[in-house]
Amino acid sequence: MEKRYWNEYQKAIADNHYFYERSCIRQTFFPGSEAAFLNILRNDLGKDIYDSSHQHTCTGIGYHSDVVPFETTMTIVARLFSLMTEHGYENYVPSCVTSFGVITEILEKWHDNPELLDQARELLRKATGREFNLPNNVAHPSDIIYKFRFELKEKMKYQLVNRFTGKPLRGVEHIGCHYAKIFPKHGIGNAEFPYVLAGMIEAWGGEVVDYPERRHCCGFGFRQYLVQENRGYSVANSKKKFESMEPYEPDFIVANCPGCTMFLDKWQYTIAEMEHKTYDKEGRGIPVLTYEELAGLLLGYDPWVLGLQMHQVQCESLLNKIGIAYDPDTKYKGVSGKMLAMPEKPTVLKV
Amino acid sequence: MANIAIIGAGPAGIEAASILAKRHHVTLFERAETTLTNIHDKALLFPDFTSAEDLATQLDNKLNNPNLELRLNTEIKSLVREDNNWRLTDSAGNQYDFPYVLLATGYHVFDAHKKEELGYGIYKGVITSLELEKMIKGNQILNVNGDTPQQITFLQCVGSRDEKSGNHYCSKVCCVTAVKQAIEVKKMLPNTDVYVFYMDLRMWGQGFEEMYRTAQEEYGVNFVRGRISEAAATYDNRVQIKAEDTLMGVPLNLSTDLLVLMVGMCASDGTRQLGESAGVSGEYGFAKSKSEHLADNLTERDGLFVAGACKRPMSVNDTIQDARAAAVTILNTIQE
Repeated sequence: MEKRYWNEYQKAIADNHYFYERSCIRQTFFPGSEAAFLNILRNDLGKDIYDSSHQHTCTGIGYHSDVVPFETTMTIVARLFSLMTEHGYENYVPSCVTSFGVITEILEKWHDNPELLDQARELLRKATGREFNLPNNVAHPSDIIYKFRFELKEKMKYQLVNRFTGKPLRGVEHIGCHYAKIFPKHGIGNAEFPYVLAGMIEAWGGEVVDYPERRHCCGFGFRQYLVQENRGYSVANSKKKFESMEPYEPDFIVANCPGCTMFLDKWQYTIAEMEHKTYDKEGRGIPVLTYEELAGLLLGYDPWVLGLQMHQVQCESLLNKIGIAYDPDTKYKGVSGKMLAMPEKPTVLKV
Repeated sequence: MANIAIIGAGPAGIEAASILAKRHHVTLFERAETTLTNIHDKALLFPDFTSAEDLATQLDNKLNNPNLELRLNTEIKSLVREDNNWRLTDSAGNQYDFPYVLLATGYHVFDAHKKEELGYGIYKGVITSLELEKMIKGNQILNVNGDTPQQITFLQCVGSRDEKSGNHYCSKVCCVTAVKQAIEVKKMLPNTDVYVFYMDLRMWGQGFEEMYRTAQEEYGVNFVRGRISEAAATYDNRVQIKAEDTLMGVPLNLSTDLLVLMVGMCASDGTRQLGESAGVSGEYGFAKSKSEHLADNLTERDGLFVAGACKRPMSVNDTIQDARAAAVTILNTIQE
């Protein structure tokens, strides 16, 4: 391999003392991911991260759907910063890639147009009486997991290795557009060969699949999905990616954006129902994980505590390849041990 | 007789040296072990498909002059004014003083790794125009699997007219080079489909427009106005490219055996280093002349002259003409 310039595209990531901004949607789609991230940081890495109970939306979905004006988004982000300031933190960590994109965009806007920063301060003051400092550092949680990937490896019980063949598991990585495609300089490895997730896969023993449609959109695209009539366009984009990655026989997909993780997961079910087509040999689909779920699994977290049963494509095939122990009987039991409702089985996709 | 130093034994350095050595003593410094390295890399030269090796031989023959001393493997690392002389220091620390110095340190091609979206250095099917030229010279063009390519695609303006790489200038020679290479490919491989993606084709020289027409009419080369946004390897070692045909207004997604990146001309390391050292560094690291109209071989520094592609992208024939002008300028200066 010749010189890879993207190795030079690095970014500053704070070492400790983070203010965490929750996502609106991630706790619904991947209910264990955010908790896993907090546990990994606090318990496995011994870091300080603050999780405020007074936080709220960043407006990202509304903003990118043109229903929330920029001034409103700016003021709401200012309030989030005021929470960070109030609790004495300077390192801002937005859980959602769209929030990360909104935050970096607004900070860039304020940097280039200081009058907008003054306006945001005034609007927040008038609305809430609050003040705020700008963060010293903004990092996505995937940046932080990437930063500590080797420390985490030391603590991991499992590796991304197929226990039956001894070969590295093949992982498709997919970053959210708002992670590096708006401002490539804020993404590890830039936008063309983002390394944030690839670095995790490689560090943890796996092999990254480099397929032709690697950089193609997952299919979310906000208006492609939010407008019901456009959803065919959304699923077509996902299908394009699946067809492109299929010959490489990936063992799993990992993403750092809620939209990407959800659509790459759920559209596999949709395509299977529509066309009786799955993209793995066994007809089970390709498991799609968040990076916290992937890290958590390898650290030995219970797959059902991580919430993997909430995914459309079930993860047992991957767990078996890695050799992760799991109890099928507790899959749909709540924390109390009470059996929760069983989901309906898909027609085509095997579970 | 005056003592003149010329730095760089490319076409500019040799042509100027051959003229100046008729009346003065010339020392020609070259960092490489041979002269004319950029010429030896080429097969045929546009627009008349002159053999590069024949031209190199003719230029090398001009070095046969007792007043001309050629110092190969001597890399000049600094060029500073000391009293009324220019002091040259080579990589071994040797110092040479000359009242007159001609900078002819030329260019190097853009490092295509910097455009990582195009996959150079990552996917074997992505090559540079320089690498294709070597294949043409070796009379064998093969794809990654060792087979005759079914399709070859050229992309213009790689590292030139490009904000991302910071090179906003036009490299001037790439358009016609792609047309020349496309014709050469079709001559060697008549059944291979050839596509050239361009922003606009700048056929500025005599015979260039005719070549462009010939490429289309006689050789069936397909010219597509549009940029390639990204390249990736396919499962069978071809290169998948995404592009837009801006005349048709449609996106394209096609696979090709070889993607040839038309890499632009950049200031060579020597040009950058010595330009800065001597205080004549201009835009993009090229050496700056005093005036492009009336004093294009003079610099703002007494006794220091410039010729050829160390000033800006320049074709071989223009470089030779410019070297002659530089020689006349130096002769006039010495006479004054």
